[in-house]
Amino acid sequence: MESHHKILILDDEAAWLEVNREILSQLPSKPEIRTVNTGTRAVALLDAEPFRLLICDLKMPKMDGLQVLSIVRRRFPELRTVVLTALEDEEFRSRAYALGVDLFWLKTDIQQNPQMFLDCVESLLGRDMETGFRGIQSKSLMDIIQMECLSRSSAVLRITRGPLVARLWIQEGELIDAEAEGARGEAAFRRILAWKSGTFENLSAEPKRERTIFKSVNALLLESAQNIDEAANPTGPESVEEADHRKTIWKLALVAREGAEFVVASSTERQNEVDAWGTQCAGQLAAWTRRVAEVAKRLSDRLEAGPLLYVVGDSVERQVLLLPRDEKSYLVAWPPDAPADQLFEKTKKLVASWDS
Amino acid sequence: MGFLTRFFKSHAAVQQLPAGSLTVNRDGRVVTSTIASGYPQGLLRDIVRDVLLLFRQAREAQMPLAEFSIHFASLRITAREMRGGAVIFLSPHTVPTTPSQPDRL
Repeated sequence: MESHHKILILDDEAAWLEVNREILSQLPSKPEIRTVNTGTRAVALLDAEPFRLLICDLKMPKMDGLQVLSIVRRRFPELRTVVLTALEDEEFRSRAYALGVDLFWLKTDIQQNPQMFLDCVESLLGRDMETGFRGIQSKSLMDIIQMECLSRSSAVLRITRGPLVARLWIQEGELIDAEAEGARGEAAFRRILAWKSGTFENLSAEPKRERTIFKSVNALLLESAQNIDEAANPTGPESVEEADHRKTIWKLALVAREGAEFVVASSTERQNEVDAWGTQCAGQLAAWTRRVAEVAKRLSDRLEAGPLLYVVGDSVERQVLLLPRDEKSYLVAWPPDAPADQLFEKTKKLVASWDS
Repeated sequence: MGFLTRFFKSHAAVQQLPAGSLTVNRDGRVVTSTIASGYPQGLLRDIVRDVLLLFRQAREAQMPLAEFSIHFASLRITAREMRGGAVIFLSPHTVPTTPSQPDRL
């Protein structure tokens, strides 16, 4: 690790650059701080010198922050990125995270709580990211693959793990090819899934790529889960990292096997405690789940209708079932054509297995 | 009679569960209702407010719902979205209505 990391701040407002520099000068690790006011200059400087972290505004003339981040993600996949903006629109937050930024901060939040911002930046500077996949914050590789497939997108995922490089070709939400460690197709995909850490970047789609994988992602993940379970050594001690990896694959396999679209498990007491699979809107859905629980409790008390058993909802895209259980609420989504009279039993079964 | 009232003091009546349906507009105003007129209007307003709130919050969570049902142990509230308003069905059930009725968790 370098003794003094370098931070690059990009913002078109000179006054804000100075404020930011002043705040960041209080970082305990005393990083070198450089500032630029255009995206072009930022990219040029990143090309010329190694930086650890880029702090980037979004609303800028000529090249906006999202464009800069898009370039940075492809050209400097190891660079940590923080968005610092005055735009409070949730759409920008989603788009920034989709581009793989590590943190998204509002300028007003920094003014209110500069210490928390400093703690987050210091953590990013010091983090070597030995586990997990960089590119999308707190997402496993399976999350990333599933997000790409759910959004029916076309892309090539380039995954790097030290000297190893792998690629996954996704075409309109279907995994069509994989390459890793000299293998291709399903064998390559299984090898990639065994990686517990790495960095990924999203490359342009290659629609003419020859298809070698014909099974669905869910089917391949189920097979991988089975292989990992079989390979697990029941007598030897399992590291936390291995246990997390195995648990993640197992949960994914469970969701895929039952045919659910997503699961969001949120604590009724602790707002930040959310465990989700198969959705990019876990936070919003967890918030809705908590609100339903609050409303149900209020109505139950007022109407004397007894405790809440469950809530079921329908939309064109899916059916959802909310199940309260102990100190958690589970929101499980099912395809719109799933038999409605079986949803409750299926959800109960899935939830019973989820935390076991 | 005086003897009886002295020893068996009157108690407040047990609140009935609402049964029937009501249609509300996007402002939460009840347009039509088949709920007994004696049922407390304040409680009906609570139901209407919470139903419209849940539809709105589902939309905000990127999960717009056309219909939802809240299943309590003794009451089911089913709401169907209608151009910002809703039609709400209130169905008390004190005994299981079907063999597949879920157990209490």
